[in-house]
Amino acid sequence: EKVIVPTDVKIELINRLSKTGLPAIEVTSFVSSKWVPQMADHKEVMRGIERYPGVQYPVLTPNLQGFHSAVSIAAGATEVSVFGAASESFSKMNINCSIEESINKFQEVVKAARNMNIPVRGYVSCVLGCPYEGNITPIKVAEVSKRLYSMGCYEISLGDTIGVGTPGSMKRMLEAVMKEIPLNALAVHCHDTYGQALANILTAIQMGVAVVDSSVAGLGGCPYAKGATGNVATEDVIYMLNGLGINTGVNLYAVMEAGNFICTALNKKTNSKVAQASFKY
Amino acid sequence: AFPKRVKVVEVGPRDGLQNEKTVVPTPVKISLINMLSETGLQVIEATSFVSPKWVPQMADHTEVMRGINKLPGISYPVLTPNLKGFQAAVAAGAKEVSIFGAASELFTKKNINCSIEESLERFDEVMTAARAASIPVRGYVSCVLGCPYEGKISPAKVAEVSKKMYAMGCYEISLGDTIGIGTPGSMREMLTAVMKEVPVGALAVHCHDTYGQALANILVALQMGVSVVDASVAGLGGCPYAQGASGNVATEDLVYMLNGLGIHTGVDLQKLMDTGTFICNALNRRTNSKVSQANCRL
Repeated sequence: EKVIVPTDVKIELINRLSKTGLPAIEVTSFVSSKWVPQMADHKEVMRGIERYPGVQYPVLTPNLQGFHSAVSIAAGATEVSVFGAASESFSKMNINCSIEESINKFQEVVKAARNMNIPVRGYVSCVLGCPYEGNITPIKVAEVSKRLYSMGCYEISLGDTIGVGTPGSMKRMLEAVMKEIPLNALAVHCHDTYGQALANILTAIQMGVAVVDSSVAGLGGCPYAKGATGNVATEDVIYMLNGLGINTGVNLYAVMEAGNFICTALNKKTNSKVAQASFKY
Repeated sequence: AFPKRVKVVEVGPRDGLQNEKTVVPTPVKISLINMLSETGLQVIEATSFVSPKWVPQMADHTEVMRGINKLPGISYPVLTPNLKGFQAAVAAGAKEVSIFGAASELFTKKNINCSIEESLERFDEVMTAARAASIPVRGYVSCVLGCPYEGKISPAKVAEVSKKMYAMGCYEISLGDTIGIGTPGSMREMLTAVMKEVPVGALAVHCHDTYGQALANILVALQMGVSVVDASVAGLGGCPYAQGASGNVATEDLVYMLNGLGIHTGVDLQKLMDTGTFICNALNRRTNSKVSQANCRL
């Protein structure tokens, strides 16, 4: 989001999300504020939020320095995430190193995390397409996923970073990855840039995936397609899962209220269709 | 397994425009339909022969029918709510018509002020006249996954109404999730019931995207063998029952998904997007198609 959000608003958002029944809420990122000014207040946010029992509050840690900062007493993170990519060009453009070099960096983080019994989640970006390379082979996705999983990540979140995937490419990619990684260690992170997210998530669920990433109110645009949307809206995902009789433990109305809160603070319209249909404007 | 080909039924000029607040001038409607005719779409619902008192947007139905280029191989069905509308449609050159039923008594009462049974009797007149004129009739069933007044709708009721309309002579039944509240779960349940009474080859789905569920619902329908899908260019047409919410699913987003599944539609996505841009400019509104949004450099 372009608008920089004050620390207390971030904390309020996370506290509201903690009351909805969501089991995992990604709080912030311990990345250099030079690169991501929005996340500059990572320590304050970690210190300020209420930690509800039974809820995980993972944070991004791109390298060992970020990791140490995250788990320090000042911040107190108890779960971290690392970000790999299935595309060499994306890796180079994003973090200025090859996939292999980035994996070596993550290895340091994972090693340090294991010493402290801190679980690490691994993300793989561009699993259904890359803004620079175009098509990405399922085999490459499986290879990178396998590297992250075998080094010790407990879960691999497969990200359709630019939302170009469709149920066809989702199926092919998952078939390749499922040969290397057990189903219960897989998650899908679909972007809705081309309106395909729910159809892609449905496909993943039909294949047995049981962990889905989403963003309240569909926050977050796409940095690669001006004016386009990004993350799929949590409200819309929960609506679908409820309709399928799948238990999430999440109170949809509470999520809509949290979405309404943050959209008001950001002075923007929600990207969630469920919220649009439910709130009177 | 998915069908190898899907027939996309474009409802933008009728269902789409009908639910847009801005009244569109006749020449713009004609240009819209002509542009759609160049995209590869085989069916374009052109207008509605309903009284202009009820639907001012469709008051120019005769001029539109007379004004459009009718390309060979493309069908231009029009809505005909009763015999009078049917006769006017045929006089204006229509070669295919549609009739609208509903799976909800309350919806029928509020919409056309009669019961489902009475509405089917009215349609019988249209069917008889259409048969005599060798004009194919498509039947729509509204509220198949829920009703704004009654709430839940039983799959058995949907199957019953669909069966009646099919038995009356409709060549195809388009099942409409009128307020978009359906999910893959309710879609599967409903189709299972309907497919017991109507062959799947005669079924179409008409999903609204009011709750963002349209493509997921369409995916399930395809998995169950449905191979005809209705959509509206640029996702034209809001929802009259939820202020500010969206309505029809965008044809561009549907075609994008079908392309990704390797399902043949014959539709040129770029030409479709250009048509969407045209009508959105004319309506002075943003597109509801995410594919279009992603492709426009703002």
